[in-house]
Amino acid sequence: MTQKQHVDPLPRKEDPEVTRYRMVNLHHRRQLIGMLCLLLALIVLSLLSGRYPIAGISNPFAISQDRLLGTIILNVRLPRVILAIFGGAVLAGAGFVFQMLFANPLVEPGFLGVSQGAAFGAAGAIILFGYSATMIQISASFFGLSGLIASYILAKRFRFGGWILRLVLSGIAVGALFSSGLSILKLFADPTTNLQDITFWMMGGLWNSSWSIVVSVLPTMLVTLCILAASRWRINLLSLDDRTAHSIGLSPAKERSLLLFVATMGTTAIISTAGLVGWVGLIIPHISRRVFGSDARFALPGSLVLGALFLLTCDTLGRTLLSGEIPLGILTSIIGSAIFIGLLLRKQTEVKL
Amino acid sequence: MSDAYRLHSVAFTYPLASFPAIDHLSLSIPEGRTTALLGPNGAGKSTLMDILLRWKKPDSGTVLLFGKPLEQYSKIELGQSVALVPQEESSRFAFNVLEYVLFGRSPYLHQLATPSAEDIKLSIEAIREVGLGQCVNRSVTTLSGGEYQLLLLARALAQGARLLLLDEPTSSLDPGNTAMVVRILKKLASRGITLFFTTHDPSIAAELAQHVAMLRDSTLLYSGETAEALTPELLSELYHTPMQTFTHAGRLLVGRK
Repeated sequence: MTQKQHVDPLPRKEDPEVTRYRMVNLHHRRQLIGMLCLLLALIVLSLLSGRYPIAGISNPFAISQDRLLGTIILNVRLPRVILAIFGGAVLAGAGFVFQMLFANPLVEPGFLGVSQGAAFGAAGAIILFGYSATMIQISASFFGLSGLIASYILAKRFRFGGWILRLVLSGIAVGALFSSGLSILKLFADPTTNLQDITFWMMGGLWNSSWSIVVSVLPTMLVTLCILAASRWRINLLSLDDRTAHSIGLSPAKERSLLLFVATMGTTAIISTAGLVGWVGLIIPHISRRVFGSDARFALPGSLVLGALFLLTCDTLGRTLLSGEIPLGILTSIIGSAIFIGLLLRKQTEVKL
Repeated sequence: MSDAYRLHSVAFTYPLASFPAIDHLSLSIPEGRTTALLGPNGAGKSTLMDILLRWKKPDSGTVLLFGKPLEQYSKIELGQSVALVPQEESSRFAFNVLEYVLFGRSPYLHQLATPSAEDIKLSIEAIREVGLGQCVNRSVTTLSGGEYQLLLLARALAQGARLLLLDEPTSSLDPGNTAMVVRILKKLASRGITLFFTTHDPSIAAELAQHVAMLRDSTLLYSGETAEALTPELLSELYHTPMQTFTHAGRLLVGRK
């Protein structure tokens, strides 16, 4: 902005409503910074927690003496922490965008056949190529996106109901098709090798994290996060119906498709390596709206940070609580559904169902 | 007097439909005045609104908006010139009134921008203008039907358009709320904003509009000054049922016979 600042000779009183708006913004900004600090602290804690040299939290000053500990932190725990925070942010952000764009607080990418498509694609890749991270990612992204496109085309062909209803119905149908396809794949999978891989992948987890996986999925997730965060205010407008959105100067169909595509690509990227991690995309946006209000200008960034916090917490607990690892998807489902029930039992809601 | 909209021989047929929804319609909507669009159910009122909004593209004919062909407007330009007040809208998300009215500023904001201090100031002014000054921070999910209608008006005002298209602005309101909305609409009209609204209540047309357009069987039945349009003969022809008009305390009232 190169606009010349107008200086008032006398300090004029600002409209109290404008002041209020500014104060609320300031408050939300502080909350966001607070959450980021919390995330930073949790990252440090998570890096130091584990089963080496003994189960528990290592002394940070021991790293300089213990080279193996340094290597474990750098090459085992750090990539895992990175995948957890960015994966959590992407899942929560995608869930938030799906909820806003379909004006439906109960959807996440699990609708519209995205997750089921990705699961089918991953299982197919495991059977055809064995447990190859790259092939799983390519195949999961391809089929996840196919799920979205198939749902979209099918919804266009339906000759009844509103657009949202048609899309959700076709999403259910496409999701069911992919699920039965997955069952068929499991039926044919070798029970001693592939079937176990598929089953374990479906539970969701980050135990196989490495720098090479980070390099292969992080760029997609970063692009997703940047685009979503940059369009945060505009996403509000896309929660209006198409005709109204058109009347305030938007191209609703085009902008919705673009954002859904972006959210889907990010989701399949994390799904391809972490497996099916449910509930993050559904529950985190609700918590974020409770903290920041419904305006996506803050609720979306809030979702990203809260999603990162949530998944990192779950993953850290999952690998430290027991001597064996608790699959991430199981933990997120337990904690997520508990929080969901808690939210529903409280009277005040941020959404109308 | 110049025209806000000028339609010439506009036709539109829905895909798979056997007859046109709008058939060779020619109509002028005068600028700076209030025009009511009357017509029975299925006469093509909604389709006409959609065409004026450029939400539907006519199969043939021309539509001029402030003298310029409608299709030559950019999305931004159109959003700055024409605002819509939809009939029924509800938000599933608990935006507060200010956040919701700010949506109207979108034609002035870049794709990735967030509202500026100026947008906030203008939106608050619009909220006060429609009399919702006490509700700036209330959640839109808690507003009554009448308040919601005022909220949509405030959003249209924040849009800064010279022309407002209103879908049945009073059809779902009780008499008290209707009076409130009518009062605000009169105030906006007196500020020189062109209003064009659909209604099933000719009495509201008589109260608000200087100009009436009547749509029947997909085409224009009559268009002219309110006093000349709202006659028992024309109204009976329009609605296929005997109608009568009364004048009481200087106000024209319309009812079935």
